[in-house]
Amino acid sequence: MASLKELKNRIASVKATQKITKAMQMVAAAKLRRAQEAAVAARPYARRLGVVVANLAAAMDGRDDAPLLLAGTGRDDVHLLVVCTAERGLCGGFNSSIVRLAREHAAALIAAGKTVKILTVGKKGADALKREHGNRIIDRVELRGIKTVSFDIAVDLGKRVVELYEAGEFDVCTLFYSEFKSVIQQIPTARQLLPVRVEAPAAAIETDYEFEPDEADILETLLPRYVSVALFSALLENAAGEMGAKMTAMDNATRNAGDMIDRLSITYNRTRQAKITTELVEIISGAEAL
Amino acid sequence: MATFKFELVSPERLILSVDAEQVDLPGSEGDFGVLAGHAPFLTTLKTGIITVKAGGAVSRIYVRGGFADVNASGLTVLAEKAVPELDFGPAVAAAELAVVETIVVEARTEEARYRAIAVREEVKVAIAAIG
Repeated sequence: MASLKELKNRIASVKATQKITKAMQMVAAAKLRRAQEAAVAARPYARRLGVVVANLAAAMDGRDDAPLLLAGTGRDDVHLLVVCTAERGLCGGFNSSIVRLAREHAAALIAAGKTVKILTVGKKGADALKREHGNRIIDRVELRGIKTVSFDIAVDLGKRVVELYEAGEFDVCTLFYSEFKSVIQQIPTARQLLPVRVEAPAAAIETDYEFEPDEADILETLLPRYVSVALFSALLENAAGEMGAKMTAMDNATRNAGDMIDRLSITYNRTRQAKITTELVEIISGAEAL
Repeated sequence: MATFKFELVSPERLILSVDAEQVDLPGSEGDFGVLAGHAPFLTTLKTGIITVKAGGAVSRIYVRGGFADVNASGLTVLAEKAVPELDFGPAVAAAELAVVETIVVEARTEEARYRAIAVREEVKVAIAAIG
Protein backbone atom coordinates (compact mmCIF):
# COMPACT_ATOMS: atom_id res chain seq x y z
CA MET A 1 0.00 0.00 0.00
CA ALA A 2 1.40 3.34 -1.07
CA SER A 3 1.93 5.90 1.62
CA LEU A 4 -0.16 9.06 1.79
CA LYS A 5 2.72 11.21 0.66
CA GLU A 6 3.38 9.01 -2.38
CA LEU A 7 -0.28 9.13 -3.35
CA LYS A 8 -0.35 12.88 -3.02
CA ASN A 9 2.69 13.27 -5.25
CA ARG A 10 1.20 10.91 -7.80
CA ILE A 11 -2.06 12.89 -7.92
CA ALA A 12 -0.16 16.15 -8.39
CA SER A 13 1.88 14.63 -11.20
CA VAL A 14 -1.16 13.26 -13.05
CA LYS A 15 -2.84 16.65 -12.68
CA ALA A 16 0.17 18.34 -14.28
CA THR A 17 0.07 15.84 -17.15
CA GLN A 18 -3.62 16.48 -17.59
CA LYS A 19 -3.01 20.21 -17.85
CA ILE A 20 -0.44 19.64 -20.57
CA THR A 21 -2.63 17.28 -22.61
CA LYS A 22 -5.52 19.69 -22.25
CA ALA A 23 -3.40 22.55 -23.55
CA MET A 24 -2.12 20.42 -26.43
CA GLN A 25 -5.65 19.50 -27.34
CA MET A 26 -6.67 23.14 -27.51
CA VAL A 27 -3.62 24.08 -29.57
CA ALA A 28 -4.37 21.21 -31.95
CA ALA A 29 -7.98 22.34 -32.26
CA ALA A 30 -6.91 25.86 -33.22
CA LYS A 31 -4.32 24.58 -35.70
CA LEU A 32 -6.78 22.06 -37.10
CA ARG A 33 -9.18 24.80 -38.09
CA ARG A 34 -6.47 26.62 -40.01
CA ALA A 35 -5.11 23.46 -41.62
CA GLN A 36 -8.60 22.40 -42.62
CA GLU A 37 -9.31 25.76 -44.23
CA ALA A 38 -6.04 25.55 -46.16
CA ALA A 39 -6.83 22.04 -47.34
CA VAL A 40 -10.31 23.05 -48.49
CA ALA A 41 -9.04 26.23 -50.18
CA ALA A 42 -6.50 24.24 -52.18
CA ARG A 43 -9.05 21.81 -53.59
CA PRO A 44 -10.39 23.90 -56.52
CA TYR A 45 -6.94 24.19 -58.10
CA ALA A 46 -6.17 20.50 -57.75
CA ARG A 47 -9.56 19.54 -59.15
CA ARG A 48 -9.36 21.89 -62.16
CA LEU A 49 -5.83 20.87 -62.92
CA GLY A 50 -6.95 17.25 -62.81
CA VAL A 51 -9.70 17.99 -65.32
CA VAL A 52 -7.34 19.85 -67.67
CA VAL A 53 -4.72 17.11 -67.52
CA ALA A 54 -7.42 14.51 -68.15
CA ASN A 55 -8.62 16.44 -71.21
CA LEU A 56 -5.09 16.77 -72.52
CA ALA A 57 -4.26 13.16 -71.86
CA ALA A 58 -7.40 12.14 -73.76
CA ALA A 59 -6.26 14.30 -76.67
CA MET A 60 -2.82 12.67 -76.53
CA ASP A 61 -4.25 9.18 -76.42
CA GLY A 62 -2.64 6.95 -79.01
CA ARG A 63 0.10 9.39 -79.94
CA ASP A 64 3.67 8.32 -79.41
CA ASP A 65 5.16 11.70 -78.54
CA ALA A 66 3.56 11.72 -75.09
CA PRO A 67 5.88 13.20 -72.44
CA LEU A 68 7.86 10.84 -70.25
CA LEU A 69 5.91 11.77 -67.13
CA LEU A 70 2.69 10.55 -68.70
CA ALA A 71 3.90 7.64 -70.82
CA GLY A 72 6.22 6.18 -68.19
CA THR A 73 9.55 4.47 -68.77
CA GLY A 74 7.83 1.32 -69.99
CA ARG A 75 9.37 -0.64 -67.12
CA ASP A 76 8.15 -1.58 -63.68
CA ASP A 77 11.36 -2.58 -61.92
CA VAL A 78 12.30 0.22 -59.57
CA HIS A 79 9.67 1.70 -57.30
CA LEU A 80 9.98 4.92 -55.36
CA LEU A 81 7.76 5.25 -52.31
CA VAL A 82 7.23 8.78 -51.11
CA VAL A 83 6.05 8.46 -47.52
CA CYS A 84 4.54 11.62 -46.06
CA THR A 85 4.11 11.64 -42.30
CA ALA A 86 3.96 14.20 -39.56
CA GLU A 87 6.95 15.87 -38.02
CA ARG A 88 5.86 15.06 -34.47
CA GLY A 89 4.30 12.24 -32.56
CA LEU A 90 1.62 12.30 -29.87
CA CYS A 91 -1.10 12.03 -32.47
CA GLY A 92 -2.43 8.55 -31.90
CA GLY A 93 -2.07 6.07 -34.71
CA PHE A 94 -1.71 8.72 -37.38
CA ASN A 95 1.93 8.17 -38.32
CA SER A 96 2.02 4.46 -37.70
CA SER A 97 -0.97 3.79 -39.94
CA ILE A 98 0.68 5.58 -42.88
CA VAL A 99 3.95 3.78 -42.24
CA ARG A 100 2.18 0.45 -41.94
CA LEU A 101 0.57 0.91 -45.35
CA ALA A 102 3.91 1.87 -46.89
CA ARG A 103 5.63 -1.07 -45.25
CA GLU A 104 3.05 -3.54 -46.54
CA HIS A 105 3.42 -2.06 -50.00
CA ALA A 106 7.20 -2.29 -49.83
CA ALA A 107 7.06 -5.89 -48.61
CA ALA A 108 4.76 -6.86 -51.49
CA LEU A 109 7.05 -5.20 -54.04
CA ILE A 110 10.17 -6.80 -52.61
CA ALA A 111 8.47 -10.17 -52.61
CA ALA A 112 7.69 -9.63 -56.29
CA GLY A 113 11.38 -9.05 -56.95
CA LYS A 114 11.24 -5.28 -57.50
CA THR A 115 13.73 -2.75 -56.24
CA VAL A 116 12.31 -0.36 -53.69
CA LYS A 117 13.58 3.12 -52.91
CA ILE A 118 12.05 5.30 -50.25
CA LEU A 119 11.84 9.05 -49.87
CA THR A 120 10.44 10.15 -46.55
CA VAL A 121 8.80 13.47 -45.90
CA GLY A 122 8.45 14.22 -42.21
CA LYS A 123 10.65 12.97 -39.41
CA LYS A 124 8.36 10.31 -38.00
CA GLY A 125 8.21 8.30 -41.19
CA ALA A 126 11.99 8.21 -41.45
CA ASP A 127 12.30 7.11 -37.82
CA ALA A 128 9.79 4.31 -38.25
CA LEU A 129 11.22 2.97 -41.51
CA LYS A 130 14.87 3.35 -40.53
CA ARG A 131 15.26 -0.03 -38.87
CA GLU A 132 13.70 -2.23 -41.51
CA HIS A 133 14.40 -0.27 -44.69
CA GLY A 134 17.31 1.95 -43.64
CA ASN A 135 19.39 1.18 -46.72
CA ARG A 136 16.45 1.80 -49.04
CA ILE A 137 15.83 5.35 -47.87
CA ILE A 138 17.46 7.49 -50.53
CA ASP A 139 16.55 10.81 -48.98
CA ARG A 140 14.62 12.29 -46.13
CA VAL A 141 12.91 15.64 -46.13
CA GLU A 142 12.14 17.24 -42.82
CA LEU A 143 9.49 19.86 -42.40
CA ARG A 144 10.69 20.99 -39.01
CA GLY A 145 10.03 24.63 -38.28
CA ILE A 146 7.52 25.04 -41.06
CA LYS A 147 4.33 26.52 -39.68
CA THR A 148 2.08 26.47 -42.70
CA VAL A 149 2.57 24.28 -45.73
CA SER A 150 3.21 26.61 -48.65
CA PHE A 151 3.11 25.65 -52.29
CA ASP A 152 6.83 26.39 -52.64
CA ILE A 153 7.70 23.41 -50.46
CA ALA A 154 5.64 21.15 -52.68
CA VAL A 155 7.27 22.63 -55.79
CA ASP A 156 10.76 21.90 -54.43
CA LEU A 157 9.71 18.39 -53.54
CA GLY A 158 8.02 17.85 -56.91
CA LYS A 159 11.10 19.10 -58.72
CA ARG A 160 13.26 16.64 -56.86
CA VAL A 161 10.98 13.70 -57.67
CA VAL A 162 10.73 14.68 -61.35
CA GLU A 163 14.51 15.09 -61.61
CA LEU A 164 15.07 11.64 -60.15
CA TYR A 165 12.54 10.27 -62.58
CA GLU A 166 14.12 11.92 -65.58
CA ALA A 167 17.50 10.63 -64.46
CA GLY A 168 16.04 7.13 -64.62
CA GLU A 169 16.35 6.49 -60.89
CA PHE A 170 12.96 4.81 -60.70
CA ASP A 171 10.07 3.66 -62.90
CA VAL A 172 7.01 4.05 -60.72
CA CYS A 173 6.39 6.45 -57.87
CA THR A 174 3.72 5.96 -55.23
CA LEU A 175 2.73 8.59 -52.70
CA PHE A 176 1.65 7.65 -49.19
CA TYR A 177 -0.28 10.04 -47.03
CA SER A 178 -3.37 10.22 -44.92
CA GLU A 179 -6.58 11.47 -46.38
CA PHE A 180 -8.47 13.80 -44.06
CA LYS A 181 -12.05 12.59 -43.85
CA SER A 182 -13.01 14.14 -40.55
CA VAL A 183 -11.53 15.01 -37.20
CA ILE A 184 -11.85 11.44 -36.00
CA GLN A 185 -11.23 9.69 -39.31
CA GLN A 186 -8.08 9.80 -41.38
CA ILE A 187 -7.58 7.20 -44.05
CA PRO A 188 -4.03 6.19 -44.98
CA THR A 189 -3.89 6.31 -48.76
CA ALA A 190 -1.54 5.20 -51.52
CA ARG A 191 -1.66 7.12 -54.77
CA GLN A 192 0.39 6.57 -57.88
CA LEU A 193 2.25 9.76 -58.64
CA LEU A 194 4.37 8.77 -61.63
CA PRO A 195 3.80 7.94 -64.37
CA VAL A 196 0.82 10.25 -64.05
CA ARG A 197 -2.31 8.18 -64.00
CA VAL A 198 -5.28 10.20 -65.09
CA GLU A 199 -8.47 9.71 -63.18
CA ALA A 200 -11.46 8.86 -65.33
CA PRO A 201 -12.00 12.10 -67.23
CA ALA A 202 -15.11 14.16 -66.74
CA ALA A 203 -18.10 12.91 -68.67
CA ALA A 204 -18.14 15.73 -71.17
CA ILE A 205 -14.76 15.94 -72.85
CA GLU A 206 -14.64 18.62 -75.46
CA THR A 207 -13.02 17.12 -78.47
CA ASP A 208 -12.73 20.32 -80.48
CA TYR A 209 -10.27 21.97 -78.11
CA GLU A 210 -7.64 24.20 -79.62
CA PHE A 211 -4.23 24.06 -78.05
CA GLU A 212 -1.55 26.69 -78.00
CA PRO A 213 1.28 25.60 -78.09
CA ASP A 214 0.37 22.01 -79.00
CA GLU A 215 -0.77 19.32 -76.56
CA ALA A 216 2.68 17.85 -76.01
CA ASP A 217 4.23 21.21 -75.13
CA ILE A 218 1.47 22.13 -72.74
CA LEU A 219 1.70 18.76 -71.04
CA GLU A 220 5.44 19.23 -70.75
CA THR A 221 4.95 22.28 -68.53
CA LEU A 222 1.80 21.03 -66.90
CA LEU A 223 2.77 17.58 -65.68
CA PRO A 224 5.56 18.68 -63.33
CA ARG A 225 3.06 21.08 -61.83
CA TYR A 226 0.51 18.31 -61.56
CA VAL A 227 3.03 16.33 -59.53
CA SER A 228 3.70 19.31 -57.28
CA VAL A 229 -0.01 19.86 -56.76
CA ALA A 230 -0.50 16.20 -55.85
CA LEU A 231 2.28 16.50 -53.27
CA PHE A 232 0.89 19.79 -52.04
CA SER A 233 -2.57 18.41 -51.44
CA ALA A 234 -1.06 15.35 -49.73
CA LEU A 235 0.90 17.62 -47.40
CA LEU A 236 -2.17 19.71 -46.65
CA GLU A 237 -4.36 16.68 -46.01
CA ASN A 238 -1.63 15.34 -43.75
CA ALA A 239 -1.38 18.60 -41.83
CA ALA A 240 -5.11 18.63 -41.19
CA GLY A 241 -5.16 14.92 -40.39
CA GLU A 242 -2.28 15.21 -37.97
CA MET A 243 -4.03 17.94 -36.03
CA GLY A 244 -7.30 16.02 -36.04
CA ALA A 245 -5.58 12.88 -34.79
CA LYS A 246 -3.67 14.85 -32.20
CA MET A 247 -6.84 16.48 -30.95
CA THR A 248 -8.56 13.12 -30.54
CA ALA A 249 -5.51 11.54 -28.90
CA MET A 250 -5.08 14.42 -26.47
CA ASP A 251 -8.77 14.44 -25.65
CA ASN A 252 -8.51 10.76 -24.73
CA ALA A 253 -5.38 11.41 -22.72
CA THR A 254 -7.08 14.21 -20.81
CA ARG A 255 -10.04 12.00 -20.06
CA ASN A 256 -7.82 9.12 -18.94
CA ALA A 257 -5.88 11.44 -16.67
CA GLY A 258 -9.20 12.60 -15.16
CA ASP A 259 -10.25 8.99 -14.48
CA MET A 260 -6.88 8.28 -12.96
CA ILE A 261 -7.11 11.30 -10.67
CA ASP A 262 -10.56 10.18 -9.51
CA ARG A 263 -9.30 6.69 -8.72
CA LEU A 264 -6.22 7.96 -6.95
CA SER A 265 -8.24 10.46 -4.91
CA ILE A 266 -10.53 7.68 -3.68
CA THR A 267 -7.55 5.55 -2.68
CA TYR A 268 -5.99 8.58 -1.01
CA ASN A 269 -9.11 9.35 1.03
CA ARG A 270 -9.60 5.73 2.04
CA THR A 271 -5.99 5.45 3.15
CA ARG A 272 -6.29 8.66 5.10
CA GLN A 273 -9.48 7.50 6.84
CA ALA A 274 -7.98 4.11 7.58
CA LYS A 275 -5.01 5.81 9.13
CA ILE A 276 -7.19 8.03 11.34
CA THR A 277 -9.24 5.04 12.42
CA THR A 278 -6.11 3.12 13.33
CA GLU A 279 -4.84 6.06 15.36
CA LEU A 280 -8.16 6.42 17.18
CA VAL A 281 -8.24 2.72 17.95
CA GLU A 282 -4.75 2.97 19.36
CA ILE A 283 -5.62 5.97 21.54
CA ILE A 284 -8.86 4.40 22.83
CA SER A 285 -7.28 1.07 23.58
CA GLY A 286 -4.44 2.88 25.28
CA ALA A 287 -6.93 4.81 27.44
CA GLU A 288 -8.84 1.62 28.29
CA ALA A 289 -5.70 -0.10 29.40
CA LEU A 290 -5.14 2.46 32.13
CA MET B 1 -23.61 42.50 -72.73
CA ALA B 2 -23.32 38.74 -72.42
CA THR B 3 -21.19 37.52 -69.56
CA PHE B 4 -19.32 34.32 -68.82
CA LYS B 5 -17.86 32.81 -65.70
CA PHE B 6 -14.26 33.75 -65.01
CA GLU B 7 -12.35 31.96 -62.27
CA LEU B 8 -8.80 32.61 -61.16
CA VAL B 9 -7.28 29.90 -59.00
CA SER B 10 -3.89 29.62 -57.34
CA PRO B 11 -2.67 26.43 -55.67
CA GLU B 12 -3.42 27.91 -52.28
CA ARG B 13 -6.92 29.20 -52.91
CA LEU B 14 -9.64 30.42 -55.26
CA ILE B 15 -8.74 34.06 -55.82
CA LEU B 16 -11.52 35.35 -57.98
CA SER B 17 -14.81 34.12 -59.34
CA VAL B 18 -16.88 36.65 -61.28
CA ASP B 19 -19.20 36.96 -64.24
CA ALA B 20 -17.07 38.89 -66.69
CA GLU B 21 -17.88 40.62 -69.97
CA GLN B 22 -14.37 40.45 -71.31
CA VAL B 23 -11.01 39.13 -70.13
CA ASP B 24 -7.73 39.90 -71.86
CA LEU B 25 -4.90 37.46 -71.24
CA PRO B 26 -1.19 37.25 -72.09
CA GLY B 27 -1.04 33.93 -73.97
CA SER B 28 2.36 32.39 -74.53
CA GLU B 29 1.88 32.76 -78.29
CA GLY B 30 0.32 36.20 -78.16
CA ASP B 31 -2.22 38.17 -76.16
CA PHE B 32 -5.84 37.27 -76.63
CA GLY B 33 -9.23 38.36 -75.42
CA VAL B 34 -12.10 36.17 -74.31
CA LEU B 35 -15.74 37.09 -74.73
CA ALA B 36 -18.82 35.04 -73.97
CA GLY B 37 -19.15 32.08 -76.31
CA HIS B 38 -15.44 31.68 -77.03
CA ALA B 39 -14.41 28.42 -78.69
CA PRO B 40 -12.80 25.79 -76.44
CA PHE B 41 -9.19 26.78 -76.07
CA LEU B 42 -6.31 25.80 -73.85
CA THR B 43 -3.07 27.72 -73.65
CA THR B 44 -0.16 28.44 -71.39
CA LEU B 45 0.28 32.03 -70.25
CA LYS B 46 3.29 34.30 -70.14
CA THR B 47 4.00 36.27 -67.03
CA GLY B 48 1.91 39.39 -67.43
CA ILE B 49 -1.27 41.23 -66.72
CA ILE B 50 -4.82 39.93 -67.01
CA THR B 51 -7.43 42.61 -67.59
CA VAL B 52 -10.94 41.80 -66.43
CA LYS B 53 -14.02 43.77 -67.42
CA ALA B 54 -16.89 42.84 -65.15
CA GLY B 55 -19.98 44.85 -64.34
CA GLY B 56 -18.56 47.94 -66.04
CA ALA B 57 -15.47 47.97 -63.83
CA VAL B 58 -12.00 47.12 -65.08
CA SER B 59 -9.47 45.41 -62.86
CA ARG B 60 -5.99 44.13 -63.51
CA ILE B 61 -4.22 41.10 -62.10
CA TYR B 62 -0.58 40.08 -62.23
CA VAL B 63 -0.03 36.38 -63.08
CA ARG B 64 3.02 34.17 -63.34
CA GLY B 65 3.26 30.57 -64.45
CA GLY B 66 -0.29 30.13 -65.48
CA PHE B 67 -2.47 28.62 -68.12
CA ALA B 68 -5.96 29.37 -69.29
CA ASP B 69 -8.74 26.95 -70.07
CA VAL B 70 -11.70 28.25 -72.05
CA ASN B 71 -14.64 25.91 -72.40
CA ALA B 72 -18.42 25.94 -72.44
CA SER B 73 -18.58 26.53 -68.68
CA GLY B 74 -16.39 29.64 -68.86
CA LEU B 75 -12.79 30.67 -68.46
CA THR B 76 -10.53 29.22 -65.80
CA VAL B 77 -7.04 30.54 -65.19
CA LEU B 78 -4.76 28.37 -63.07
CA ALA B 79 -1.77 30.41 -61.99
CA GLU B 80 1.20 29.59 -59.84
CA LYS B 81 1.19 33.17 -58.61
CA ALA B 82 -1.60 35.71 -58.99
CA VAL B 83 -1.78 39.13 -57.34
CA PRO B 84 -4.58 41.66 -57.93
CA GLU B 85 -3.45 45.20 -58.82
CA LEU B 86 -4.58 46.56 -55.44
CA ASP B 87 -2.32 44.18 -53.50
CA PHE B 88 0.63 44.64 -55.80
CA GLY B 89 3.27 46.72 -54.01
CA PRO B 90 7.05 47.04 -54.05
CA ALA B 91 7.36 44.10 -51.65
CA VAL B 92 5.53 41.75 -54.05
CA ALA B 93 7.59 43.04 -56.98
CA ALA B 94 10.84 42.42 -55.10
CA ALA B 95 9.73 38.92 -54.10
CA GLU B 96 8.79 38.09 -57.68
CA LEU B 97 12.13 39.30 -59.00
CA ALA B 98 13.91 37.22 -56.37
CA VAL B 99 11.94 34.11 -57.41
CA VAL B 100 12.79 34.42 -61.11
CA GLU B 101 16.39 35.29 -60.27
CA THR B 102 16.81 31.98 -58.42
CA ILE B 103 15.29 30.14 -61.39
CA VAL B 104 17.92 31.74 -63.65
CA VAL B 105 20.72 30.86 -61.22
CA GLU B 106 19.52 27.28 -60.76
CA ALA B 107 19.08 26.57 -64.47
CA ARG B 108 21.54 23.86 -65.41
CA THR B 109 21.15 23.54 -69.14
CA GLU B 110 21.76 26.33 -71.59
CA GLU B 111 18.23 26.04 -72.88
CA ALA B 112 16.66 26.25 -69.42
CA ARG B 113 18.78 29.29 -68.70
CA TYR B 114 17.59 31.14 -71.79
CA ARG B 115 14.02 30.29 -70.95
CA ALA B 116 14.50 31.51 -67.38
CA ILE B 117 16.03 34.77 -68.60
CA ALA B 118 13.07 35.28 -70.93
CA VAL B 119 10.73 34.79 -67.96
CA ARG B 120 12.73 37.27 -65.93
CA GLU B 121 12.33 39.89 -68.66
CA GLU B 122 8.58 39.18 -68.80
CA VAL B 123 8.36 39.72 -65.06
CA LYS B 124 10.19 43.03 -65.34
CA VAL B 125 7.86 44.21 -68.10
CA ALA B 126 4.81 43.11 -66.12
CA ILE B 127 6.00 44.89 -62.98
CA ALA B 128 6.62 48.07 -64.95
CA ALA B 129 3.13 47.81 -66.45
CA ILE B 130 1.29 47.33 -63.20
CA GLY B 131 3.46 49.41 -60.84
